[in-house]
Amino acid sequence: MHRQLLRCSIALAVVGLLSSGLAAREIADATGRRVTVPDSVARGMAAGPTAAVVLYVLAPEKMVGWPSAPRPNEREFLLPAARDLPEFGRLTGRGDTANVEVVLKAHPDLIFDFGSVSPTFASLASRVQEQTGIPYLLIDGRLDRTPGSIRQLGEALGVSSRAEAIARYVEDTEQLIDARLKDVPAAARRRVYLAREPNGLETGLTGSINTEIIERAGGVNVAERGSARGGIANVSIEQVLAWAPDTIITWDPHFFESYASDPVWAAVPAVRAKRVFLAPRLPFGWIDAPPSINRVIGLRWIAGLLYPDKFPEDIRAAARDFIKLFYQADVTDQQLDRILAGAQPGGRGR
Amino acid sequence: MRRSAFLLLLAALAVGLVLALAVGPYPLTLADVWHAAARALGAEAGAPTSGEIVFGRVRLPRVCAGMLVGAALAGAGATYQTLFRNPLVSPDILGVAAGAGLGAVAGILMSLPVAGIQALAFAGGLVTVALVYLIAAALRGHDHTLVLVLGGVVVGALAGACISLVKILADPYDQLPAITFWLLGSLAGVKLADLAVAAPLVVAGLVPLVLYRWRIGVLSLGDDEARALGVDVVRLRGGVIAAATLMTASVVAISGVIGWVGLMIPHIARMLVGPNFARLLPAAMLLGASFMLIVDTVARSIARVETPLGILTAVLGAPFFLWLLARGRKTWG
Repeated sequence: MHRQLLRCSIALAVVGLLSSGLAAREIADATGRRVTVPDSVARGMAAGPTAAVVLYVLAPEKMVGWPSAPRPNEREFLLPAARDLPEFGRLTGRGDTANVEVVLKAHPDLIFDFGSVSPTFASLASRVQEQTGIPYLLIDGRLDRTPGSIRQLGEALGVSSRAEAIARYVEDTEQLIDARLKDVPAAARRRVYLAREPNGLETGLTGSINTEIIERAGGVNVAERGSARGGIANVSIEQVLAWAPDTIITWDPHFFESYASDPVWAAVPAVRAKRVFLAPRLPFGWIDAPPSINRVIGLRWIAGLLYPDKFPEDIRAAARDFIKLFYQADVTDQQLDRILAGAQPGGRGR
Repeated sequence: MRRSAFLLLLAALAVGLVLALAVGPYPLTLADVWHAAARALGAEAGAPTSGEIVFGRVRLPRVCAGMLVGAALAGAGATYQTLFRNPLVSPDILGVAAGAGLGAVAGILMSLPVAGIQALAFAGGLVTVALVYLIAAALRGHDHTLVLVLGGVVVGALAGACISLVKILADPYDQLPAITFWLLGSLAGVKLADLAVAAPLVVAGLVPLVLYRWRIGVLSLGDDEARALGVDVVRLRGGVIAAATLMTASVVAISGVIGWVGLMIPHIARMLVGPNFARLLPAAMLLGASFMLIVDTVARSIARVETPLGILTAVLGAPFFLWLLARGRKTWG
């Protein structure tokens, strides 16, 4: 009896010692998985491009690498210490391009992904975590969850005050848009078509992650989803004419240069009204690519394009502030001109 | 019987043509058609209406492209099946589709404009088949036909592997969906200018096939028999492969990869008019044109978004083909 009591108390003491020595806490991620994360995370790793943007914004000094290295035209906007980090590839658990051994060699304290939190991704995350022994968090990347997700991640990474500032900015942007657009009736909403690909005939359906920003900024995506699952779809130019969008936002510089010389596109109301805009993609995409917090400036940009009398402020100032806050870069006027080429009313950019 | 079969095919094409011109997401009126026709004859001035533009510059080119693609793929399929004396042969047998796919995918990866993607697809198809032919020519002492087919399989597999590699390298948000759609085929973006390039190339491939139709028919008897009848087998085969490849690569470059048509349509044509190549070729081309018209009309009508043609040709074609086979008429030979 006494001996048993002794054993129990020794076991308890050992457990107590161990847990205080490791200094870890348990965090519930967006899928409900309970993940033990060390108290101080010095090296963070992003599992995919969406997570990489978040990690760069929140804690560039803690990055160990990129899923895909920044492209030459993006590098000038990024901090020198971070932009030269190695490329690891994507790590989601299936069909990866990242090699687990290379990942382990980088000794990350925490891996996280930002985006889909479906059961498939949860189980894949658990597999990677079991295999590597490194805690793997899944963070909800949906736009309406962004502030909460950023705060959660800031806590996990130990950069709560920075995360708070970023989350505030996102909330303020969304509140600003809601407040200014609340008295725009449904009938007065702009009808927007997103043109992808050189021929402009690829688009995102309503509710897709590719057009989320346009819809959140008060635009009506003409490509209604119908019964199909939201996503990328090919459409015919006939269908675009039938939709008769009054604004086209394109993603493709080739399309932006060629549509004006095409008589069929010239019959689309948006083209007649000279309302075709090229979405900026520096330093990361403004409306997509990757669908992460880089899109927050896209909200302001599109709202200003669609409802200029509600948003009289200069997008240049907003872009400058955003890039300073999020990417810690001071952009020159020339850099802003390049970023915003084709993205403003009046003149077709180049 | 055979004359009536051709009349039936022509009637089917006419019905398909009217249907394809009339059905689509943008509602057209007869007035639009009338104005577009008048403008084409120079009798109409002023700015064109949207309906007129849809008819003249969208629907009509697309319908023409559908006929061209269907006819070229089915014609090339019939040619290859006769040439290789094998009913399981499709126009892709020598790797033309895989090569064209690789060319287009590389063009998408390099963010080329549409014309560049089409040119690379065309070149990729031709280069792949030329490569296969050179391999077969280099490996003397084997059955030439067998080496050709095996060479096509090998080079096609290599091209397929390269396509997979490009998919990994491609931008997942931007280029990967485009690659997937291209590899499934669509006529949604076809313009008159594309047709003006592709149609003469198809005709250039078709002319030798028509001129040498009797000799090609003789090839189907077997190399030794053809030689005994005074045909230069190796040269004729090389020329026929070049012609059929030119037809296939030209249309694949504008439509993307559309499977099934080149395999299935020649079979159905053979059931209608028999295996004689001089009759099989026109029958297959007529039937291919009608089939593609119908498939493309469905592709642009069942949903607001385009359904890739490669999916529809398989979904519509496969059960129909099985039904025909189940009716159990011996049709080969």
